[in-house]
Amino acid sequence: MSATLLRTSTAARSALRAGASKRAATIASTSFIRGKATLPDLPYDYGALEPSISGKIMELHHKNHHQTYVNSFNAATEQLATAEHKEDIQAQIALQPLINFHGGGHVNHTLFWENLAPSKNGGGGEPVGKVKTEIEASYGDFSSFKTKFNAALAGIQGSGWAWLVKDNETGQVQIRTYANQDPVVGKYTPLLGIDAWEHAYYLQYQNRKAEYFGAIWDVINWKAVEQRLK
Amino acid sequence: MSAPLKYSLPQLPYSYSALEPAISAQIMTLHHSKHHQTYINNLNAALVSQAAAFSKGDIVAQLHLQEAIRFNAGGHINHTLFWENLSPAASVSSQLASAPKLTTAIKARWGSIEEFQDKFNATLLGLKGSGWGWLVQDLNSDILEITTSKDQDIVPAGKKPLMGIDMWEHAYYLRYLNDKGSYTKGIWKVINWKKVEERFGSGIEDVFGPLAGLKSVM
Repeated sequence: MSATLLRTSTAARSALRAGASKRAATIASTSFIRGKATLPDLPYDYGALEPSISGKIMELHHKNHHQTYVNSFNAATEQLATAEHKEDIQAQIALQPLINFHGGGHVNHTLFWENLAPSKNGGGGEPVGKVKTEIEASYGDFSSFKTKFNAALAGIQGSGWAWLVKDNETGQVQIRTYANQDPVVGKYTPLLGIDAWEHAYYLQYQNRKAEYFGAIWDVINWKAVEQRLK
Repeated sequence: MSAPLKYSLPQLPYSYSALEPAISAQIMTLHHSKHHQTYINNLNAALVSQAAAFSKGDIVAQLHLQEAIRFNAGGHINHTLFWENLSPAASVSSQLASAPKLTTAIKARWGSIEEFQDKFNATLLGLKGSGWGWLVQDLNSDILEITTSKDQDIVPAGKKPLMGIDMWEHAYYLRYLNDKGSYTKGIWKVINWKKVEERFGSGIEDVFGPLAGLKSVM
């Protein structure tokens, strides 16, 4: 993920620009200098993904849900800074689930907005180039890939995400599901994420989630996926 | 192995609109006739597959089916307990006075009903993802506890569920959107305290047994 994707506050950015990243890191425990996560602007209007995703869903999802993850992540990192400062290891450990959940929520949604695009503006269709080649290498053809991806989405028991990821060891792409807001980190690079939380579709599709999984493919931004695969 | 038991959707003891305004009729309709029904359908299908795997002596297939059984049976059990521990706000069952013994026990444990409800709500709001909040009684110590279960996990063995609150987004989203705090506040008006008191005074078999509508029809 690009560093610009998860923007920090202006103060932190200028500190980084000044080439003071090392120093910034060492004094990051002083909470007022710590970079804050902020809600990224969407590169399209709330209504631009209709009819796949309604404007109302997009607005609530971005302005309320994503914002809450950002706020709660910032609150948790503040507490973490305090715990680090006090050298309170227990408190640092106790904060990990919150960092994972809210930090994951921020990262996942940011990637999600990016890998969507209005169908009038490049969204949908089929991947080309390297993405196409890699998907075909792992799943035969695009249609089987989509079927498997939708089955993975439908099989999530509770809240979570399905991702097309790249295995960093083998370079191969594969479909993986993650519970709740667990982020794609470590061995895998996230390429394409679909939110399977009920808040992502319920106002429009209610319990008919298969319809949402079917419609989302009309607004997939394959260019963003290609950028991530590079 | 003969054909497995077939589970069916329990009737609600009140109408879909009876819990308004705490829970809207639209939510209740979808939640009961669609979501709960889907857990039952998937449970019945998984049990048929399990019976087939069992008769073939295919233990690997049986193990693979456990996740689906756990999830869908849990969904059926949890929702059944949930419907039962709700009742219309105006009914006698929803008055705290219908649970004198439990009220005493809650006060002894948490100081006051308000304190208990605050703790319970904080627990509900702390869930990360889909899940349930529960008031349970530990079967060894008799101590009351507030606990959570993720997704459709049931309350673990050794704990008797007295009251469950569904914190899946489908339980409140159409009415409260992302304001789940208001859902957790509103739900207390439609708690069936009479039923919770009944569970408090009975054995775990009675909570999970015929009272909960979980005995299936062949």
